[in-house]
Amino acid sequence: MAEKEHIIIESGDAIQPFAYTVGMYGSKFFAELRDNGRIMAVRCPKCKKVYIPPRKVCGECFVEMNDWVEVGPKGVIGTFTILRFAFIDPETGAQKPVPYGYGFIKFDGADTLFQHYISVEDEKKIKIGARVEPVFSKNPTGSMRDIEYFKVID
Amino acid sequence: MDRAAIIGVGMTKIEKSKVRDTFADMAWEAVNKALADAGMTIDDIDNVVTTSSDFWDGRTISCMAVGDASGAAHKNVTCVEGDGTYGAFYGMTRSLSGSYKTTLVTGHSKGSQSISSLITNSAFDPIYERSLGMDMVTACAMQARSYMHRTKTTPEQMALVSVKNHGNAMKNPLAQLPMNITVNDVLKSEMIADPLHKLDCSPVSDGCAAVIIAHESVATKFKQKPVWIKGVSFCADSFFFGDRDLSRVKSLTEAAKKAYAMAGIKDPKKEIDVAEIYDAFSYQELMWLEEMGLADDATAGKLLEKGDFNIEGRLPVNASGGLLSGHPVIAAGLYSMAAVVKQIRGDAGGFQVKKAKTGLVQGLNGLGGQSHCVWILDQEK
Amino acid sequence: MAKRVAIVGTGQTFHKSHRPDVNGQELINEAVVKALADANLKMKDIDAIVIGNMDHFEGINYVDCWSVDGSGGTMKPIIKLTTGGTTGCTVAIGGYHLVGSGMFDKVLVIGWEKNSESDTTGAITTAFDPVWDRQVFAGAISGLAAEAQAYIARYGATDRDGARVSVRDRKHAMNNPYAQLRKEVTLEEVLASPMLADPIHLLDVCPRSDGACAVIMASEDTAEKICPKPDWIWATAARHTYSYLGDADFGRLTSMKEGSQELWKKAGIKEPRKEVDVIELYQPYSFGGLIWIEDMGIVGPGEAPRYIWDGNTDMGGELPINPSGGVIATNPIGATGLIRCAEAAMQVMGKAEGRQVPDVNFAFSSGFGGCFWTDMILHGKKKPK
Repeated sequence: MAEKEHIIIESGDAIQPFAYTVGMYGSKFFAELRDNGRIMAVRCPKCKKVYIPPRKVCGECFVEMNDWVEVGPKGVIGTFTILRFAFIDPETGAQKPVPYGYGFIKFDGADTLFQHYISVEDEKKIKIGARVEPVFSKNPTGSMRDIEYFKVID
Repeated sequence: MDRAAIIGVGMTKIEKSKVRDTFADMAWEAVNKALADAGMTIDDIDNVVTTSSDFWDGRTISCMAVGDASGAAHKNVTCVEGDGTYGAFYGMTRSLSGSYKTTLVTGHSKGSQSISSLITNSAFDPIYERSLGMDMVTACAMQARSYMHRTKTTPEQMALVSVKNHGNAMKNPLAQLPMNITVNDVLKSEMIADPLHKLDCSPVSDGCAAVIIAHESVATKFKQKPVWIKGVSFCADSFFFGDRDLSRVKSLTEAAKKAYAMAGIKDPKKEIDVAEIYDAFSYQELMWLEEMGLADDATAGKLLEKGDFNIEGRLPVNASGGLLSGHPVIAAGLYSMAAVVKQIRGDAGGFQVKKAKTGLVQGLNGLGGQSHCVWILDQEK
Repeated sequence: MAKRVAIVGTGQTFHKSHRPDVNGQELINEAVVKALADANLKMKDIDAIVIGNMDHFEGINYVDCWSVDGSGGTMKPIIKLTTGGTTGCTVAIGGYHLVGSGMFDKVLVIGWEKNSESDTTGAITTAFDPVWDRQVFAGAISGLAAEAQAYIARYGATDRDGARVSVRDRKHAMNNPYAQLRKEVTLEEVLASPMLADPIHLLDVCPRSDGACAVIMASEDTAEKICPKPDWIWATAARHTYSYLGDADFGRLTSMKEGSQELWKKAGIKEPRKEVDVIELYQPYSFGGLIWIEDMGIVGPGEAPRYIWDGNTDMGGELPINPSGGVIATNPIGATGLIRCAEAAMQVMGKAEGRQVPDVNFAFSSGFGGCFWTDMILHGKKKPK
């Protein structure tokens, strides 16, 4: 067939809104974060691993976890990158401001890593193993945004 | 070919909204119930198939949410997208291919988290159809209309399906909508999309179901008497509605024919003792029965009126209450499968039918039942 | 009895960044028609179809049902498997079990994606947990950058080591007419390309593509009648290790390590470096080409940079990796893992033309996902025992 015109059908602003269940474990985490500025994790009764985000099941041991422990709020950078390219944030529909620091934080007392922003004011300080602390939002609502970002403290 | 059997089933209660439970929480409950039912531990499971839909879950790689809770760590694992009967089919082939012996199959969804009509609208072709604003209900209303036109099935007969199934659900503690209603209640309920009243439609539901499928070499090693998979097949019709005769479902006829042949069934009307079929809408129970040869063409409505499909009838259909009484999409086919397994084991409690040697399970994918999966389960190998 | 399974035909599209000349079904059909021609079969010979992609790239629900005009699935059994980036390898493993079970003799396996139809990074971001992960995540690249940083910190590798892998794959792509990006680059060009997410430069990563791939598998009853030198599937393995990204051991790919150990054991391979002849690795960025071959046991931890600098993985080397140019040259995500499988099969069947590695006895292909999952297949020239 001879090539003529390529028509594109746009979906426009069509979206499928969702109401995501946080569950009992996540609800406790966000309530503690919002009300007391505390970071709560759960410990596996069998392997003793401390999980954050908190969840019901230790996948390694296939057992239910109910042993809550407070971790952090200080920790170290487990690994990180600095995002330098712009893209559309599907959460907001707007372009994400770059550069931004993206880190996996190992809270003191936790065994798994917690994703969040890292302030990139002084890029040289951002290293694996650097100590960090969270900067809490002044108007916590019970979501990931109750922590604004982490900053390097030494 | 080797044989496989279902040796354990577990389900959460079907509910309108499980706001306290994440997908993983639901999977944890269903998987542990299935393991307990089978008398197994997670270490007895050698591979896992989760079934979920990225659309219904509002998340790409929706299976990621349930891996740990399904005991998939350090095991071979994969994900089927579509009805749970398709997940179970793949799980069965993994137990027959010589690679594994015991497959755990799960299926989950939470209709409560999304707007169903937007999810099913996205099953229409984005170029030609979607902008018309169709969804599963309107698609099925068109199908119901063409089925009624061809077979002279009446609104009262369709309503009676809903009355029967909601009534059966009174005996099933896992059902979401046990209801004692009349044909008149159905006909007086809100018209959603002509000819479907609200009570002709299944509800929006949350739930997770798990089944354990074993290769014959290990099927009798555990607690339950195995329920044998005698025949199974699936088949898809054309996609565009304009390409299909909406009043017929030749893909279902084909899938059923092949499943019967594999199971050695010559007269399904006589040889099938109990059936759980995909009654997302009232008319579908009648239409699917006819297309599978479990009722002659254009007779299912009359047979229903005679009581043939009641729990005490000739061929009890959806004795569990069916999907009209609770419809967690994706998990749905596994709930139906579990219900038939329980019938064959004699474990169905309040909705146990008298004779249940051979049972039929049907699942489907797509708009107006484009693709169907038919299973024949049996007490005997 | 379980059946042995072989690949008897493959087909793929000429991959491009944008194919506005075809819709999704038509793109799929291009690959299907080529695979049927390669196997000298007709659609009526196909007993069942396995298809996969990632839903949110095109926004089509129930792709198995929607695709039938392109896939040939009308009035046939068609099933959809989807596991993210691993999908292409997942569907191939699906075809293997469907045939191996004895339920079907000939199965058509399809992977496809039209990445041009949505914002790829946005769609990948929705792959992660909506409550916990999604706010800060930036598509596959952010997680990969975190992996590379951890590897560099652990073993002292440099961005030059990563760039060397990219130079290799981009050079190999010159031999593959199906590859999307066919342009050689120098080490300096990679290092001078824009930094996307430290330490990943633009030329360290894959593009996004429109493309489809189809593979036909047959049981031992008919495989050798269809194809005199079929590609036998010796073993498959898959590990989907994490529910949350922060659970990963960054710097090591646990799923590859566990899965490949299982694969070698199943096939009786003791020294993969010596016994495997070619690898088609789902490697969407350069550093993965270092880290993951260590996890496969090709070389020890921290040894990959030296091994690669010495040319061992180049064409003509001890163990060529990605003769096709790999994922860095072409990435229609849902098809990508299946393209690896098809390319490995072509190597075994001796059909890889300008990118053929001589005398391939065993080939390895994999699928990888941004959640650090891995699926993999071992292909062989001889019929498995």
